[in-house]
Amino acid sequence: MSRTATSAHNKRERNANEKIYEKRLRSGYGRYIIPGAIGTVVILLIPFVANIWISLHNWRGGRSKMKFIGLDNYIKLIGDEKFWTSFSNSIYMIVAMAVIPLLIGLILSAVLFDYIGREFGGKTSSFLRACYYIPQILPVGVAGILWNWILNSQTGAINRILAGFFGVEKTPDWLGDPDLAIYAVMLMLIWSQIGYPVVIFMSALGRVDPELYEAAALDGAGWWRRFTAITLPQIKPEIFVVVLTCTVAALKVFGPVYMLTKGGPQSSTLVPSYYSYINFFGKSQIGYGAAIASVLAILIAIVAAVIMVFQNRSAAREREGALNA
Amino acid sequence: MSMSSSVKNTIQGRMTAIERKDQIKRETANRRKPMNPMRWVILVACVLLALIILSPLFLMVLNAFKTSTDYTQNGPLSLPSELYFGGLVNFWKATNFPIKFWNSLWISVVSALLSVGLSLFNAYALGIGRVRGSAWIVALFMILTMLPGEGFIYPLFYMFNAVGMGNSQWTIVIICGIINMAFGTYLLSSVMSTFPKELLEAAQIDGAGRWRTLWGVVFPIMKSNCAVLFIFFFIWTWNEFYFTLIFLTSGDTQTIPLAIASLQGDRIMDVPTINAGSLISLVPAFLFFLVFQRTLTKGITAGAVK
Repeated sequence: MSRTATSAHNKRERNANEKIYEKRLRSGYGRYIIPGAIGTVVILLIPFVANIWISLHNWRGGRSKMKFIGLDNYIKLIGDEKFWTSFSNSIYMIVAMAVIPLLIGLILSAVLFDYIGREFGGKTSSFLRACYYIPQILPVGVAGILWNWILNSQTGAINRILAGFFGVEKTPDWLGDPDLAIYAVMLMLIWSQIGYPVVIFMSALGRVDPELYEAAALDGAGWWRRFTAITLPQIKPEIFVVVLTCTVAALKVFGPVYMLTKGGPQSSTLVPSYYSYINFFGKSQIGYGAAIASVLAILIAIVAAVIMVFQNRSAAREREGALNA
Repeated sequence: MSMSSSVKNTIQGRMTAIERKDQIKRETANRRKPMNPMRWVILVACVLLALIILSPLFLMVLNAFKTSTDYTQNGPLSLPSELYFGGLVNFWKATNFPIKFWNSLWISVVSALLSVGLSLFNAYALGIGRVRGSAWIVALFMILTMLPGEGFIYPLFYMFNAVGMGNSQWTIVIICGIINMAFGTYLLSSVMSTFPKELLEAAQIDGAGRWRTLWGVVFPIMKSNCAVLFIFFFIWTWNEFYFTLIFLTSGDTQTIPLAIASLQGDRIMDVPTINAGSLISLVPAFLFFLVFQRTLTKGITAGAVK
């Protein structure tokens, strides 16, 4: 009794002093953000604005003269077939880096966590998880050179196996055939991306109350029923995080395309980041490259905003549902 | 800001959830189930998938110590008829590997230290100090983590060349440092916003200034978060491709991943050299993975936001 009284008294006293505390508590922190703020402004914000400014110019780079041309670069983009190819290839990249890994990751993490972990122990499931995750930590420069060899039409491992063991006479030119190359690039992306959602979802599942599953199992719910009724709704926040980060990463993808195809053959694997790169550092069309980069940045902002609004709505619906129930 | 709050919950949940999950797993594993043929089918399917995912690496090891003629005659799946180290030697010499290793190492360490330090400062001001507009600043940092490198690369390229840092490794240290800092600030701020106020007040009553409070009270508690961030920043910088490709143009400044990438299409890159080169280039990443696997799994949701 007396303890509650003391704590209530303390609380009142604290409330009375709150304002003074708050003021004292909050002063003197501002200077800690100065180094980071300077870095952000110099390395990110000013260059970003400068890039938009450059996109309004005709510029060959270096010391050559910049000529202001307004929105001409952007108008030129609309009629540029390669520009449209690069952005429609982004859809393939999203499929390979977000959609497929998400779907496989959902099933795989649920199987590993809910089935393998239960039946064969946690060691087995975390070992398998580590195996799936390894491609994620490999540098793209090295993974790229490895895949370039594996997919090579002459000396590549896949074609050697096809010819040597299956007797295929006309082996496909994985990276040289304009109809195939994009799928070859997608293959490497799926390979490198698949472990990421598995790890995220598996740790999300650790948060779910195991009693939910036990209750459902007692009610006779099968694995699939438990997956759709418990797993999916419970790990929704992580699903959104994975969708957001993987989609943004897919729109930005550069390394694998650079290593495997350099955008070819016949621009069939061109992506926005690579297209802006060759305009910057290959063709010295800086203004044009800057325009592509700006469009990409705006597109990423829009896609990210849409995903976040969607997530906010779904979270709000859930809160309402909780209140009504 | 339900996005940020959900991410925050995710991350905080993760740290404790890992321990809980392990415990649950231990408990469930102890319960013996009746034999069921299905369980073996599912296990075999999962193991098979793991083997498929690791198959490029198996191919790499299998063909790293084979001569070119051995490869041409016997294909990629046979064991090497004799152990051949020519590929490894070629690659080692062509890249001057120790220099590349040293470059990768110091760039990644310094850059990761820089970003962790700046993130800690920023988060101290934003998460604990709640300086004016901190919610907006944190949101800005989150947006910046999504910005594509292309969106600011040319002005940076121009700027660093103008000050004579065109081929300097410090460009990578600084650029990766600041980009990773944006992510670290976002993450640490949300963790620090729940920092126990009583501790701060106690420090204040003891007469500790902001600087002493940061190092004496806040940092010891945030240490494990900082360590996770450091490991991630180290790996991200080690693996960095785009910025190193643009800035590090000469052999003596390049990093390991860039060194092997820039040998692509070179005459010396026959099958054994490609594989031996990839193998030795991946060894550091592998060792790192093995040593820090637990920390990595704990912190990957930290990576989730990137």
